[in-house]
Order: sequence, then C-alpha cells, then structure tokens
Amino acid sequence: MSHAAIVEERPSTLRGASLPKWSPWAIAVGSVVVAVGIGLVAGLDSKVQWGLIAGLLFLFATYGIAAAVEGRRQAKDRIATGLVWVAFLLAVVPLVSLVWTTVSRGVKVLDVYFLTHSMGIVADSQPGGGIYHAIIGSIEQVGLATIIAAPIGVLTAIYLVEYGRGKLSRAVTFFVDVMTGVPSIVAGLFILSIMLIFEMEPFGFAGSLALAILMMPVVVRSTEEMLKLVPNELREASLALGVPKWRTILKVVLPTSIGGIMTGIMLAVARIAGETAPVLLLVFGNRFINNNPFEGAQQSLPLYIYQQYANSAGANAAYDRAWAASLTLIAFVMILNLVARGIARWKAPKSGR
Amino acid sequence: MDASTQITDTPPPAPEPSAEQQRAARGATRPGDRIFLGLSRGSGIFLLVIMAAIAVFLTYRASLAISKDHSNFLTTFEWNTSLNPPSFGIAVLAYGTVISSIIAMVIAVPIAVAIALFLTHYAPRRLSGPIAYVIDLLAAVPSIVYGLWGALILVPHMNGLFGWLNDYFGWIGLFSWDDGAPRSMLTVGILLAIMILPVITNVSREVFRQAPQMIEEAALALGATRWEVIRMAVLPFGRSGVISASMLGLGRALGETMAVATVLSPDFLIHASLLNPGGGTFAQNIASKFGEADEFGRDALIASGLVLFVITLLVNGAARMIIARRAEYSGANA
Repeated sequence: MSHAAIVEERPSTLRGASLPKWSPWAIAVGSVVVAVGIGLVAGLDSKVQWGLIAGLLFLFATYGIAAAVEGRRQAKDRIATGLVWVAFLLAVVPLVSLVWTTVSRGVKVLDVYFLTHSMGIVADSQPGGGIYHAIIGSIEQVGLATIIAAPIGVLTAIYLVEYGRGKLSRAVTFFVDVMTGVPSIVAGLFILSIMLIFEMEPFGFAGSLALAILMMPVVVRSTEEMLKLVPNELREASLALGVPKWRTILKVVLPTSIGGIMTGIMLAVARIAGETAPVLLLVFGNRFINNNPFEGAQQSLPLYIYQQYANSAGANAAYDRAWAASLTLIAFVMILNLVARGIARWKAPKSGR
Repeated sequence: MDASTQITDTPPPAPEPSAEQQRAARGATRPGDRIFLGLSRGSGIFLLVIMAAIAVFLTYRASLAISKDHSNFLTTFEWNTSLNPPSFGIAVLAYGTVISSIIAMVIAVPIAVAIALFLTHYAPRRLSGPIAYVIDLLAAVPSIVYGLWGALILVPHMNGLFGWLNDYFGWIGLFSWDDGAPRSMLTVGILLAIMILPVITNVSREVFRQAPQMIEEAALALGATRWEVIRMAVLPFGRSGVISASMLGLGRALGETMAVATVLSPDFLIHASLLNPGGGTFAQNIASKFGEADEFGRDALIASGLVLFVITLLVNGAARMIIARRAEYSGANA
C-alpha cells in the first residue's frame, strides 16, 4: 500500500503527533524482557505462559502508549497490526515444525536400499526394509486413476464451457462443486459397497476407482477455468474459416490451453497421491511386492505410513520408516506441484488484457 | 474474473433464434460434431450418475445394516456389530465430528482471515508473494503426514497447554484434565485447524485481493487508518467469501480421516471435558474399525459413512450457494 507508506513517511501537521518507526520493536523487546522477568520471579515453567504474558503486555503497552501519543483510532490500528502479525507468526510455527520434522527425521533411513526393497521379510519392529512395494502400488493406482479421471474430467469441462447451456449444465456444475467436497473415505465406502455386493477381495484397481472419483471434479474445475481463458476471437476465427466445431475445439481451443490443463491434472494427481482412507478400505496393504493392480492386495505410500505408525506399537525403526516414507511422499507431491506451476507459468495463454 | 467469464462465454445470439437454428449454429448436425458433443455431454452425465450411484449404493448397504440394528441407530452409545443381536449407534460419532470441527473452525477462521489480511494489506510486497506460494504448497501436504506429525510431535507438546488450561480454567468442566495422554478432542481440533488453515487462507486472500481498490483509497484519503479501511471497505466486501471459504474448510474438517485416526484415542462415550481422551468421529471410526469388521460390520460402517456423506453434502451445497450468490452481485459491481 504505497499510500500508507507516503503518509507514514511525511507526517504533516494535520495528523498530529506520531510514534517513531522503531516504537513497535521497542515495545516488543520491552514486553518480552518484562515477561521473562515475571516468569523467572514467579517460577512459571511453561514457556507458553511466558509467551502469553509477553503477548498481552505487548498489546496493552502498544494500546496505552499509542492512545496517549497518537489518539485512540491510531492505537486501535496498531493493535490490529500487532494481532495480524501475531496470527501470522502463530500459524508459521506448526507449519515450519511439520516440514522440519519430516525432513530431519526422514533423511535418517532414506537411501537407495530403502527405495528398492519391500517389507517382505522384515517385522514392523525391526530396522531395515523399505518402500519399493508401496511406490509400485502408488504409481499403479494413481496412474490408473488418472487414466480414468483425466479424459472424463476434460471432456466434462469441454461440455460445460463449449456446449453447456440450460438445466443439464447447471446441474453438472453444481454437482461437480459438491463432488469436490465428498470426503475421501465416502468415495472409498462407495466402491466398497459395490465390492461387497459382488463379494470381491481387496485389489489395487478398486482403490484407483475411488481415487478417480476424487480426482474428476478437481480436473473439471481447473480445465474449465483454463478453457474460459481462451480468447473467443480464436474460436470465431476458426469457425469463420468453416472448420467444424469439434475440430475447432480439438485443434484450436485445446492446444491453446493445454499447459493449464496439464497443470490442473498434475495438481489433481498430487492431491490423490496422498489419499489414505480409500486405499485403506479397498487396497488393504501388503508387505510383499505385488505388481498386478487387478488382483490381490497392494500397498501404497500413504497407507504404508499409516500402517508403520499404527501397527508397530511404538518401535523406533517403524517410526523412522514412516518419516522416511512421508518425506518421499511430500517430495513427490511438491515436485509435481512445482513442475505443474512451472508449466502453468511457461504456457500461460496471453490474455491480451 | 467476472469480466473474462462474460467476454469469453460464447455470445448469445441476439434475436433469440428458433431451436432448430440454434442447433444449426452449434453445428451439431455434422457427424463429427454429434459424436464429440455426445462424448462430452456423456461425461457430464456420467458425473451425475456417479453422484447418484454413491447415494443409492450407500443407502442400500446402510439399510441392510440398520434393519438388523437392535438399538436406535441415532442415539446409541456403543458400536458392537459382532454381538447377537448387534447394537450400534452414531450418537458419539456425530457429537465428536461436530465438536472437533467446531474447535477447528474457532481456531482456524480468525487466524486464516488475519493471515489473508496480512498477505494482502500488511506484509511487504516482496514477502507476500513467496509466503502465499508456500501456503499454496502447504495445502497440498497429504493428510497422513499431518496425522503422523500430530501423533508424534503435537501430542507430546500438548501436555504443557493442557496442564495450564486445567490449572486456570479446569473449573469450567470443559477444560478439566485427568492427566491422561492428550489424545483428546481438543488436540484433534487443533490439528484439524492447522490442516484447514491453508485452505481458508487461500480462498480468503483471493477475495480480499478483489476488494475494490477505489473505495480503499478513498477511505485512506479521508484519513482512515489502515484498520479502519479494512473494517469498512475490505471485510464487508469479503464477508460472503470468507463464509464460503470457512464452509469449504469445515467440509474438509468433517471428513478428515487419517489425522483424527492417528491422534485420537477413541472410546464410545461423550466426555464433558475436551481435554480427556475419548470420543470419536465418523471417518476415524470407519478407519479404525474397518480392519476387524466382518461383512455386516462393514455395512454398519457404510451406514455411518452415509450420514457423513449427507452432512458434507449439506455443508458444501450451502457454501456453493453463498459463492454463487456473491458471484452475481460482484459481477454487477465490476
């Protein structure tokens, strides 16, 4: 906000007195010092209490000093600024902790051996073993889900943007939105209810079907946005040359927006790659390598993490493996995200506005 | 965004041509066009069919289970599907799902709104771009990783907070604590709050960024402080957006499975205190009971999943209605 900056830099006589720029920092340091003092004197051992006292002191001191020097409205403004900063810092703590723990504890056992061996002959409480079977399972399940969901999602988006008018398209739009919010475990239960009817045993492809259900609405949403960005002049130019509408869509609209569509699909893949619940219900988990997604239980990365945590009764080796698998999964998801965003930036259609 | 939607939507023919002319204009008469239209419309219909099928199949399996339930499905405090006659109910699960989501919302919404304001109105511009990017990425962290972190890192760190809450607020029954492991509803709520924070922040940030610049500048020119600008120009504009963002976050919190399953130590009682372990949620109960369930037990779990499905449908539907209404009036504003 350049305007605010200008006002702050040149206090005119109309604005009255104002505190110097360093005052918030001074008050912050002062209140932390006082809080530590109080904490030491009163013998409070919880650091949370120290922080709380410091925070309250900071707010009261800011309000008091600013109200005395600058007036109440400015004091309220400073309180709001303080609260917004505090909220931001408060939220950063757990998120940084999450990333830091995963990386620092994950690298312990993450090596080539870990990536190329299964848990076949290793008990959960023993060290050793790896995630090869889980990676294979994840890739096959997510790959099959993508093969199912991506075409259906893109075609639905084409229908909504290029053809859709009237009740049907409004219904599809609404239910795509609602479908985005279907909990992953419900998608799993849906496939499970079908499997119960036909008395099937768990297998990888069943998980793919549930993942595809979760993926479709995400693909539809992002593809729709991308198709809407294609300038109408391109469509009109193509149609004016006598090109049929379907060839216009295939040869003009889709190539123009392909970067964005790919991005959307990759983000959707990143989302379903981390889904645990449907895989838990439908794929069941397997200690051995199973390369066939159409028969027999498989493993997947998120499920592997959960089982290492839940079935190991607190063995450190299992926790180490869980962290290492988490790091692998996060790395996979993040790389997909970064590449997807890179494609989006590189291939973004020029809107001309 | 609204402008581009309007411009790029195929322009409606001005003098309302007849249905036949319209079909000709759409070019649906050529075989290639017919096939392509059929394919894309078919996919759209397929999505509707899936939604309907989810409802139908879940209801069918659920009815199999509920018809054999010996006690009231809605009010029973136990989950014994292997007994003869079986007796199970969702009272505890419904309570736990709602209460953990409420805790998550109470914590996450104000903080998320504050972060969104921080990114749009307070942070130095050079910082706000990368921070927004990182928050985008955090929204993509799989829930099982949050669950693992919650169970192994967050839970041990809750002891201090729980002790403090018990010391000073224990007299409100809600915050009394019997020194059990802090695998309770409050911990679950806090973890869910951390998980939905990026989601709510992202949507709110988008909305706040669209707040009309002219009005903000006018308020500043009249001598309003930054907080007054936000309160009078930004927040009223963004209110419906924040509400729908919160509903989306709520939808995610309601259906969250793994993070709850790893952190909570469940039982089938409703506890007055949020700090004592126990309780359960729909999704958590399905995940933890599934392994030992026989076919009938699975049907019973499907019945509880159906209830969760209906709840999330209602929440998400409401959120979308609010967004849709907002899109209309902001379109007139633009």
